[in-house]
Parts: sequence; structure tokens; C-alpha cells
Amino acid sequence: MQAAQIFSFHGGIHPEQNKAQSLQLPLGRPPLPNELILPLGQHIGQSSRPLVKIGDKVLKGQTIAMNNGFLSSFLHAPTSGTISAIEERLIAHPSGLSDLCIILTPDGQDEWTELTPLVDWKVGSKTDVLAYLSEMGIVGMGGAGFPTQVKLQGAHKHPLSHFIINAAECEPYITADDMLIREKTLELILGIEILQHLVEADQVVIGIEDNKPTAIAALNRLLDERNSTIKVAVVPTKYPSGGEKQLIQLLTNKEVPSGQHPADIGILCQNVGTCVAVHDAIYQGKPLISRFTTLTGDALKSPQNVEALLGTPIAHLLDYAESEQKKLHRLVMGGPMMGYTLDSAVVPIVKTSNCILAATKKELPTPAPEQACIRCGMCEQACPASLLPQQLLWFSKSQEHEKAEHYNLFDCIECGACSYVCPSSIPLVQYYRHSKSSIREAREANVKSDLAKQRFEARQARQEAEAAEKEAKRLARQKATTQKASDKAAPTKAATSATATPSAASTNDESKKLKIDLAIGKTKLKKLQKQLLAAQENEHLEEINALQQQATEQEKQVALLEEELAKVSTAAPSAAATPAPAKAPVSDELKKAKVDVALIGVKLKKLQKQLLENPDDNEIKTKIAGFEADLKAAQALLEKLGANGPATTVAKAAVSDELKKLKIDAAIAKAAVKKVEKALKKAEEIQAPEIDAIRQQLKEAQQRADNLEKTLANPAPAAPAAIASSPANADADKKRKIDLAVAKAGIKKAEKNIALLKEQGKDEAEIEASEWPKKLAEAQAKLATLETETNPSETATAPAASMTPANADADKKRKIDLAVAKAGIKKAEKNIALLKEQGKDDAEIEASEWPQKLAEAQAKLATLESQTNEPTAAPKIETKTSDEKPNLAEQIKKQKIAAALAKAQINKLTKRLENSVEGTPEEAESIQQEILAAQQKQQDAERLLAQLTHSQDNTQENR
Amino acid sequence: MLTVLLAVGILVALSLIFGAILGYANVRFHVEGDPIVDQIDALLPQTQCGQCGHPGCRPYAEAISNGEAINHCPPGGQVTIQALADLLDVEAVPLDGDHGTETAKRVAVIREDECIGCTKCIQACPVDAILGAAKQMHTVIADECTGCDLCVEPCPVDCIDMVEVGVTSRTWSWDKPQGIAATSLNIIATDRQTEAVH
Repeated sequence: MQAAQIFSFHGGIHPEQNKAQSLQLPLGRPPLPNELILPLGQHIGQSSRPLVKIGDKVLKGQTIAMNNGFLSSFLHAPTSGTISAIEERLIAHPSGLSDLCIILTPDGQDEWTELTPLVDWKVGSKTDVLAYLSEMGIVGMGGAGFPTQVKLQGAHKHPLSHFIINAAECEPYITADDMLIREKTLELILGIEILQHLVEADQVVIGIEDNKPTAIAALNRLLDERNSTIKVAVVPTKYPSGGEKQLIQLLTNKEVPSGQHPADIGILCQNVGTCVAVHDAIYQGKPLISRFTTLTGDALKSPQNVEALLGTPIAHLLDYAESEQKKLHRLVMGGPMMGYTLDSAVVPIVKTSNCILAATKKELPTPAPEQACIRCGMCEQACPASLLPQQLLWFSKSQEHEKAEHYNLFDCIECGACSYVCPSSIPLVQYYRHSKSSIREAREANVKSDLAKQRFEARQARQEAEAAEKEAKRLARQKATTQKASDKAAPTKAATSATATPSAASTNDESKKLKIDLAIGKTKLKKLQKQLLAAQENEHLEEINALQQQATEQEKQVALLEEELAKVSTAAPSAAATPAPAKAPVSDELKKAKVDVALIGVKLKKLQKQLLENPDDNEIKTKIAGFEADLKAAQALLEKLGANGPATTVAKAAVSDELKKLKIDAAIAKAAVKKVEKALKKAEEIQAPEIDAIRQQLKEAQQRADNLEKTLANPAPAAPAAIASSPANADADKKRKIDLAVAKAGIKKAEKNIALLKEQGKDEAEIEASEWPKKLAEAQAKLATLETETNPSETATAPAASMTPANADADKKRKIDLAVAKAGIKKAEKNIALLKEQGKDDAEIEASEWPQKLAEAQAKLATLESQTNEPTAAPKIETKTSDEKPNLAEQIKKQKIAAALAKAQINKLTKRLENSVEGTPEEAESIQQEILAAQQKQQDAERLLAQLTHSQDNTQENR
Repeated sequence: MLTVLLAVGILVALSLIFGAILGYANVRFHVEGDPIVDQIDALLPQTQCGQCGHPGCRPYAEAISNGEAINHCPPGGQVTIQALADLLDVEAVPLDGDHGTETAKRVAVIREDECIGCTKCIQACPVDAILGAAKQMHTVIADECTGCDLCVEPCPVDCIDMVEVGVTSRTWSWDKPQGIAATSLNIIATDRQTEAVH
């Protein structure tokens, strides 16, 4: 044995020792308390996981909680007894908060569980020994409670030059380690030998302060006896030589670099308590269930060291040491320098509790009030970590955490030397602790926010990928269907084009010219109508009249042109008769009447709006009445015209016309109902006085609508009745139609609601989340099924109808597709409209996906419709006469759609033309050409339509 | 004349050399993206709650870099505002009350026996912190929850509570000392005298 070389560290203080008091009495062994409180978090890291239930009987040394992760530890029953509770209890913590504890009620037997010492620790693998130590619940008993096996594992990273046993115990009052060395010298040495076997350091040094001569003597004697290579290094008494880094510096003259561990420079430190615990575990199989604790302070009559079971309430120990409640001023867990005040004495002893200081007022007076820093620099002199306490104070005070970190705040060991020497009694350590916790909190928040960001981004990526996949699937599907459809549509197209081609060249020229004229006329008309609308909005009466006149004139012109064009174009094919001229004048008038009705309707609406704004305005009311009368008159005229027009043609047409009319009426009535409902809603919102009146109106309107629908339903079967339909069939038809109407209304409502939601600025997700899309889909599905139901029934009324069920099924599916496609178109159109409303210009709309989607949907619709027409054409061969009608009707429908599409295109193009007036002439020309092409299309469609209607009339007449 | 030409020549040569160096550096050390947005984004709490009016923290970071006010983030609170102010060298302003108030950290907790398994909260959660499937009970992974509130609104049975995260002994932090106490102002005799006069 030889004396080790001793170095020095910067700073340090020499406070009053006060160690003698607790060394007067021998080691005490307090009796079993009534209950043991065993916190699950007695160590650094995650709390342990309980292995016992309430009511379980446990034996002394039995594992009652196991580790929960890497930096966690096991917990054992300190005595035999019953688990009476697992609950939150106050724990020894500066926060004074509670934590989950296992409560053990001792049975007084103190009966050991079966102990399994690790006898072959020298030959067995080191990993097994480490695992065994972990299972024995051994943690560093110096203060932090760092699981010993983790520390030992960490020590394997670098070859160890020094294995230091920390027996310095520099803090005043505390003598637990001193007593431990005196009482358990052999156990300590054996424990050190086990650890040395595990870590294989070059040197093993016990660092001990020179204020423990008895312990030093005992150690030396034993080491001499055993001829041990373990050295005892007696260091001068100076606080805080017991600090890990300070002791390393004292014994090796090496400084642990900032932010690193002793293991990084090849040094391992273990507390004497830990070494004894290791010995007990390995040689006796005893887990860590008790520890040496100093009970001291002037408030205790018999201050002493005790071997206390873990979980013993402090109050029990204080009673054992005969505390005087009157004298007790402050109860401190730990020493006077680094300990913390306890609010309550019910907290238990844990694995790291080395001292209970029951101090009187004289001993630990209330700290003097903080005063301003006078920059004396004494704190810097005292700091054992060579920091700049003053600087750190400024940064802590002003929450400049970054700068504080820059000044190595985290190298502060919170020894309290700076506060001790501060003449202004500034609680420096408390500032540092606060800063440290703030920084740690911020770091944790940062980690968490990084995690959240990562997860958010991952989610977004996933959603995008899902959407892309869906889109790809959809495109693939669409491609497949269009290919199929085009395959099917090819023959029919060829057929139609074959019939359309034989047109004379001479008439072609003429018709072209006419068409151009017509297009120009229509553009003008449209412009006029637009102006008219603007004028109406701005209430320029004279202007309105003039414009109206102009518009009607223009309309006439357009009609004339159309007529001529129709004549020319129909003259050439000549296969069909000329239905147009007969109809044209009537339809012209009809059109005019309709326009009038619409105009009056617009005015009426506006006035009603005004009325809502100021409900007491009588003038507006009278105006409304007048307009209503006008509207009625116009409607009557319209009706008359509608009746007159078809009257000239055949009776059958009259029936269908009447049907049409009734339908229009019904629609108008419905619209009126809707309008009134809306008004009612608004009125309710503003609590207008005429709610009742509006309600009455609503009722009437509804009545009217119901009536109309009824009549509509009646004549509807009346017409087919002429063919051959039984009354029962008609009834079913009626019911179906009503259902259809209801379903349609449902769709409309749902769509409206969705639109409303969109207007309210809710995003897509919210709308999706609301019930409306679902409802819409439901209604659409219902409508589709109803429509399929209605159509087959129509064909079924035919006497010789022999559609196979398979065919019908295919038809149904097609029709559903059709409905879906239509819905798609509607949606796309609506979106485009919405975009327009939002003031986006055409280019932006073009750039958005909607026009494309619209075009896609339209194409799909067209193919689907051609598909639908085809199968109906197939059975036609068998059931010739009767099936011709639906076939024709469908073709008519198709042509109508084509015409409408062409018109829409023309409108769009003309608009573009208007917009590009300032643009280059070439551009305008190209657009004009496009318009012409579109017009051509429209003309074709209209002509075909005329032919079809005519042939329909003919067939009906023939029958 | 020669000296003048020489001087001009040297200067031109130098400028060319340095220009080349700068140009090379510009290409070599080119920073992709907008670093300031990244820096702002790093300061934001990443709750993705949308209280600022943007669909997530990054969009708000972009908005801030384009001049939006820095006080629209209630989850971040005054700390974040201060950090942003330091970063952007602008004045730290109080939190804008229109966007919400600063609350203690909270997490969503599903009352599990009331959950009907509609998955609406799962779809709403911006950080995938809710676990569950259709017609199965859902639960919140507390560690992943940012307390953004977004799952509360879609729940059709209102079984989600926002529960404040309490302080445990592990999350507890030391208080800041009160600073120079009022009593310590009266330590000098003259202080006490002036007090007596009052």
C-alpha cells in the first residue's frame, strides 16, 4: 500500500463541518414503521413498473417492481408484509409533489424470501453479473441514483485508468458514508473487488477526506491485511471535494471536459454505499432494500446514523432520533449545501437519501433577502467548476438561456459554494437551477415539436401518395371505359355520318354564310341582353326600355336567320320534311313571352329583396303587386302561346306539349315554393312582421305545386294510355315519377347545402365530414335506380317488348354510370362557376383542373349515352314499332344535349372573343373560326333534332 | 503612364479574381430553399393547429417571412413571439387575442366508453396521434398529441376532452427566485428614514 498523489481543484469553501454530532452514537436500527412508502421513481430515468397487486403478500427482498426501460431499476420489498395500496403519495422532491408509490404494510415477521447469491461472479460472464446487479435494484447511492449497471456498461467504452471510490463525503453534517466505512469495511473492500473485476481499471483509489480518521484507519488496516492493491487517497477537507469531477481532479489532475462523462477520459467513480450494496447483492443475494442515513440537526436529541429500510417515513426516523417539534425550524433532505427543504415529514427514505437535517432556526436561519450584485467576484473565486457565476446570474435573470449555455451553465454542479460566499445573499444556485430547467423544458419541447413536424409531414406525404394513387386508378379506369366505349361507338358513328354526308355543295355555301350571320346576330343579342341585365341592376328605366326594344329586334333577326338557315340546310337533305317554318313563328313568340316572364321574375325578385331589407315600404309592395300581375299576364300569354303552338300540329303533339307546359308550370311552382321558403327563412332571421303572410304564401305555392304535379302525373300516363298501357301500369308509373321528383329535390337540396358550405369558406375536408355529400350520393343513387326503373317500365308497356333481364341489367348499370357522369359534369360546372364568382379570370379557370374535368365528364357522358342508345336500338329489330318511340326520344335528347353543348361552347368562345378585342387580329380570327365550327355543330344538332322530332310526330300519327 | 496602366491592370486583375471567387462561392455554397422560413418554422411549436389561420406551422412560417405578424400563434405564446422577434429583429408584441389565448399545455383524451368508432378524429389529427379503426374504440397517444384541439370539433358524440398536462415530479422545474426583494431595499438606514417620513 502506498500513498496516492493528491492534486487540487479550483475554488471550494470551508464551511462549518458539524459532523461530530451524528457520530456520537453507534449505528441505529430503527424499528419497523407502520407502513413503508416505496416510490416507483427512486432513480434517474423511467419509473419502475409494479409487479404486485393490492393485497399481495410479499416477503422481504421480493421484487415488487421491475425496470421500465434502459435507465430504470428494480424495486424490492424491504420487509415482509402486505401491499396495502399503490397510489400517489408525497415524495422527497424539491417540488413537494406526489408520485406513484407502492405502500407496504409490514407483518412484523421480517421474513426473507429465498436468496440466490451470485457465487460464480468471478467465472461467469460480466454481462450476467451486470444483469444480476440490475435485478438487485442497485443504483448509485451518492445522490443522482444512476443505475449502476448502466454506469458500469458505460465504463467499457474506454480502457479505464482509474477506478475511484468516492468516500470524500464533503458536505457538512453528513456522516453516513463515514459510518458505513467504519461498520462495513470488509463488505466495502469486497464490493470494490467485485467492481474492479467487472471494470478492470489500472488503478483503484479510495478518495476520502482527512476529517474521517477512524474510517481511514479502518480501511488502511484491512487493506494491509489483505495485501490489496487498492490505494487510499486522503484529500484535504474542502467543500466540494466529494463532487465526482472535483474528486477526479484531486486524484488524477484530469479535468472532465465540458459536456462529457468521467468514462470518456477513462475514469469510473462509485460511491462507497454502492460498493457495499454490490457486495450484499453478490455475496448474500440481498437486493438494495436499506441504506445508511444520517439523522442530524439541533432539533434532534439523539442525532445518529441509522440503517433505514427504504420507504421508511421520515417522521418515523425523526421520532426514533427524538426530534423536538418546537425546535424544528427546517427539515432538509440532504446536506445544508445541496439539500432541499421538505414541506412534510411523511415522505419516505429512498435509495439516494443520505441525510435528514432537522435544523433549528439558529442552525439554518431564513436566508437573508437578496440584494444587488456588487460584482465582488467572490463567487468566481469559490466556484469549483471554474465558471463565471456572475455572468451566469445575469443571463439567468434576463432569461438569456443561449448565452448562459454558452457560458457552460450545464457544467455547474449546483454545489452552492457561490451562494455561500455571496455577500449580497443572492441565491445563485436557485437561478441556475431555474435556468437549467427552463433550457431542459425548451429542449424537450423542441424534440416534441420536431417529432410532431415529422409526423405531420409523414402524414401529408402519405395523404398525397394516396390521392395520387386514387387518381392513377381513376385515370386507368377511365381509359379502359373510353376505349371500350369508342370500340362500341365506332359503328353507330359511321352510320350517322353516312346519313349526314349527302348534302349539296351549293347549299353548303349558303348555309355557311347564313350561319355566320346568325352567329353575329346571336352575339349581338347576347351583348344586348347583358347590357339589359346591367341596366336592370342599376335601375336605368329609359335605358331598359331602349335596350329591350333592341333586344327583341335582334331576337327577331336571329330567329329569321335561323329560319332561313334551317330552310337551307333542310332543303338539301330533303329526306325529312320541314317542320321548322310552321313552328318557328309560334316558337318565336313563345320565346319572347318566356323572356318577358324571366325579366319580370328578375325584377320581382329584386323588389322582394328590397322589401326584405325594409319591410315597411309600401311603395315596393305595390310595385311587387304590379309585377306579380305582369308576371301572371306574361305567364298566361306564355301558356296560351304554348297551347296555340302545338295546337296547329297534331293532337298527339298537343298532349306532349301540354305535358311540357305542365312540367314547366310545376317547375315554376316549385321554384316559387323554394323562393318563398327562402324568404321565410330570411324573415325568420330578421324577425320580420310578415312571417305569417309569407307562410301563407308558402302554403299556397306548395298547394299549387302539388296540384300541378298531380295533373302532370295524370296526363303523363294519359298519353301512353293511347298506346296500350293498363291503369295499374300508369299508377306504378306515377308513383315512380313522384319518387323521382322527390329524389331529384333531395339532390338539389344536398347540392345547395354543399354550395352553401363552400360559400361559408369551409374547406373540402369539412364538407366531406358533414352529412351532405353522403346525402347527395344517396339521392343520386336513388335517382339513378328510379330512372332505370322508370325507363324499363316504359319499354315494358310496349306489347311485344322482349328485353332479356341481362340486357336490362346492363342497361341499369349504364344508366347509373350516366347519372354519375352527369353529376360529375354538374360538379365541374359548379366549380367553374364558383371560380368565376371568386373573380378569377378565364386563364386561371383554364389552368385549374375543372374545365378538364368537365370535358372529361362530358366525353364520358357522351360515350355512355351512345352506349345507352345502342342497346335500345338492338331490341328495336324485334319490337319495331313500339320501341321506335323511346329510341327516337333518346336520340332527340342526345341531339338536344349536343345542341346545348355547342351553344355553351359558342357562348364561351364569344366571350373570349370579346375579351380579346385588344388582342391580335389573328387571335380573334382563330376564335371566330372556332365559333363558326361550334355553330356548325349546333346547327347540325338542331337540324337533326328537328328531323327526329318530326319523325317522332310522324310515327305517332301513323299509329 | 506605365504606372497608371499597371495600377489599372492590377486592379482589373484583382477584381476578376475576386469576382471569380465570389461567383464560385455563390454556386458552391448555394443554399436551397428559404433558410429564414426554416428558421421560423423551427421556432414554431409545430402543433399544426391552424389557429394562426394557416393550414399548419410551415405555411405560417412562410407567411411570417412574407411580413405577417408574429403574434398569431397561441400555442407558442409569448416565448415563441420573443424568439421570433429575436430572430427577425422586430419588436416583440403581445399575443393577438383574435387567434386565441395562450393556454397551459393540454392533450386530448377520448372518453373511451363513449367513442362510437367513427374515425373522424383520426382524420382530423394532423400528427396521427389517434389510434383506432372504424367501429373500434379510439384512443389518443398522449406523447404524440400536440393539444391542437382539431379532433374535438369533428367528434359527433363529443367524447374528446382537452385535459391539461399536470406537472409531475419529473416535469417540474425550479421557480425563478423573486429577485431583489422589496425588503432588501430598506436595509440601509437612510432608506428606512425616508420610509418613516412617508
